[in-house]
Amino acid sequence: MLVMAVCTLYFLVPIWWLFVGASKSSDQFTSTNPLWFADFDLFANIGDLIAYRDGVFLRWMLNSLLYTGGAALLGTVLAAMCGYALAKYRFRGRELLFNVVLSGVLVPATALALPLFLLFSKVDATNTFWAVFLPSLVNPFGVYLARIYATASVPDELLEAARIDGSGEIRTFFKVATRLMFPALVTIFLFHFVAVWNNFLLPLIMLSDERLFPVTLGLYTWNTQVNQIPELRGLVIIGALLSITPLVVAFLLLQRFWRNGLGAGAVK
Amino acid sequence: MTQTLTADIDKPVEAPTGRARAVRHGRAVPFFVVPFGVLFIVFYLLPIGYAIVQSLYTVERTGTFGPAREVFGGFTQYERVFSDGPFWTSIGRVLGFGVVQVPVMLGLALLLALLLDSGLVKGRRFFRLAFFVPYAVPGVIAAIMWGFLYSPNLSPLKPVTSAIDFLSADLVLWAMANVVTWVYVGYNMLIIYSALLAIPAEVYEAARIDGAGPWRIAWSIKIPLVMPAIVLTTVFSIIGTLQLLAEPQVFRSFSSAVSSTYTPNLTVYSTSSIPNFNLAAAFSVVLALATFVLSFAFLKFTSRKGVQ
Repeated sequence: MLVMAVCTLYFLVPIWWLFVGASKSSDQFTSTNPLWFADFDLFANIGDLIAYRDGVFLRWMLNSLLYTGGAALLGTVLAAMCGYALAKYRFRGRELLFNVVLSGVLVPATALALPLFLLFSKVDATNTFWAVFLPSLVNPFGVYLARIYATASVPDELLEAARIDGSGEIRTFFKVATRLMFPALVTIFLFHFVAVWNNFLLPLIMLSDERLFPVTLGLYTWNTQVNQIPELRGLVIIGALLSITPLVVAFLLLQRFWRNGLGAGAVK
Repeated sequence: MTQTLTADIDKPVEAPTGRARAVRHGRAVPFFVVPFGVLFIVFYLLPIGYAIVQSLYTVERTGTFGPAREVFGGFTQYERVFSDGPFWTSIGRVLGFGVVQVPVMLGLALLLALLLDSGLVKGRRFFRLAFFVPYAVPGVIAAIMWGFLYSPNLSPLKPVTSAIDFLSADLVLWAMANVVTWVYVGYNMLIIYSALLAIPAEVYEAARIDGAGPWRIAWSIKIPLVMPAIVLTTVFSIIGTLQLLAEPQVFRSFSSAVSSTYTPNLTVYSTSSIPNFNLAAAFSVVLALATFVLSFAFLKFTSRKGVQ
C-alpha cells in the first residue's frame, strides 16, 4: 500500500503542479508555494493565452485535433479492414502481406520522417497539412491488433449466416463485424491517437509555417524562446495544461475500452 | 447475389472447412486490403527505399561556389557514418540509457501490476487510472513540465534541485530517463496487468492446493505466464529508446549539456537541417537497421528460450 501511495504521488504531483501553476499570475508563480493555489487566475490566464498573437494557440489545438483525431479515425478503419481480411479470408500473398506489415511494426515512425520529407519535397508538398496527415494514417500495429481481435471476436459461423441471408462481404463487415470488433477498434483508435499525438519529428521536419503546427510543436517553439521572451513561460505552462486536458478526458471517458482491450495484443 | 446463393447451396456438399469457404469469397479481399496497402507502400516502404537510394549519393560541386549536383557515391556516406565519432557516442549513450531505464521502468510496471492483481490493495480502479494518466501527456509536454520541475528556481522540490543539478552534464541523461519512465510506466503496467487478468482462476486454485503462497504464485506462475506481455513491452521500449528525440530536443533549452548530436535522432535532424540530406539519410538507414536488428534479435532470443 505504501508503494502504491508513493507511486501515486510520483505520477500525479507533476500534473497537480502544472494545474496549480497554470492558475497563478506570473509573479505569484515564482513567489508562492508551487503546490498550492494563490489567487485563482486560471481563466484570466487562459484568456491571455487565447488572445496571444491572434489566437495562434487555438489554431494549434485545432490542428492537433485534425491531425491526430482525423488520422486515428480514418487509420483505424483502414487497419480494421486490412486486419479483418487477414483474419477471415485466405488469399494469395496473405502471409507475405502479414509479415511485411509485422516488420513495419518494428520500423519506428521517426526513422521515416526524414525520407518522407525528402519525398514530399520532390513533389513540393512539404509544409502542407497533407504532409503530416497522410503519413500519419498508416498504423501497422493496428493491423496486427485488428487481425487478432477479428479472429477472436468474429465467429466464422456468423459470417456464413450473413452470407446465407444474402449480405455482401463488404456490408457484412460494416454491419456485423465492426459491431463485434467495436471495443477492440476503440483500443486501436486510442493507440493510434497517442502515437500520432506523440510523433514529434515528422511535424518538426515537415512544417515551417507556424499556422500548420500541432500544439506540441507550437509549445516547443515557445519554450525555446522563453529566455528571450520571459512572458512566454506562463503561456507555455497554461498551454501545456490545456493541451493534455482533451486526452486525459478521453482516457477517463473511454476507460472501459482500454482497460480490457490493451492486453489482447500481448496475450496472443 | 446469384453467385453467392449458388455458393451457399453447394456448401453442405463440400466439406465446410475454413479454407474452402474463404477462397470462394475472396473477391472482396482487394476492397479490404488495397486502401491500407497503398498507403503502406507509399508512406512506409517507399520512404525506406528512397532513404536507401539517397544515402548512396553525394553532392559534388565544381569549385567552391559551383552548382551542386548529385552523383552516385556508393558507400561514401556510410564511410562517413561509420567514422563519425559523435554519432557512435550517441548510440552508446542511448544504449546505456536503455540498459538502465528499460529494466527499471518495466520492473516497476511489473511490480505495480502484480500489486494491483494481488488483491492486497484497495481502490484498484483509482490506482490504475492514476498510473495511466501520464501516458496522456505527449513526450514534448512531459519534457517541458519536468524541465521546469528540475530547474533550481521554479521547482516545488527546491531543496533538492538547488542541492543537485539535474540538468548538469552528468545527470541530464538520467533526468530524461525519469521523464520517459514517468510517461510510460502506467502504459506498460496496464499491458502486463491485462495479461494477468487473462490467467484463469483455476490455475491459482491448483497452486494453492499444492501449498503455494502468494509470493510463490507471483514468482512461479504469474510472471512466467505474463512473459509474452513483458517481451512485447520490452521490444517497444527498445525501439523507443533508440529513437529518443523529443525529450533531448526540449532539454536543449533547459541545459547546455545536451548537444545537437546528443542522441542518434538528434544527429539525423541536425544533419538534415545543415542541410546534408544524403548523409542524414545514411544516418537514418543505419539507425533504423540497428533498431530493427536489435528488436528482432530480442524477439528471436526470447522465443528460443521458449518464452513465447
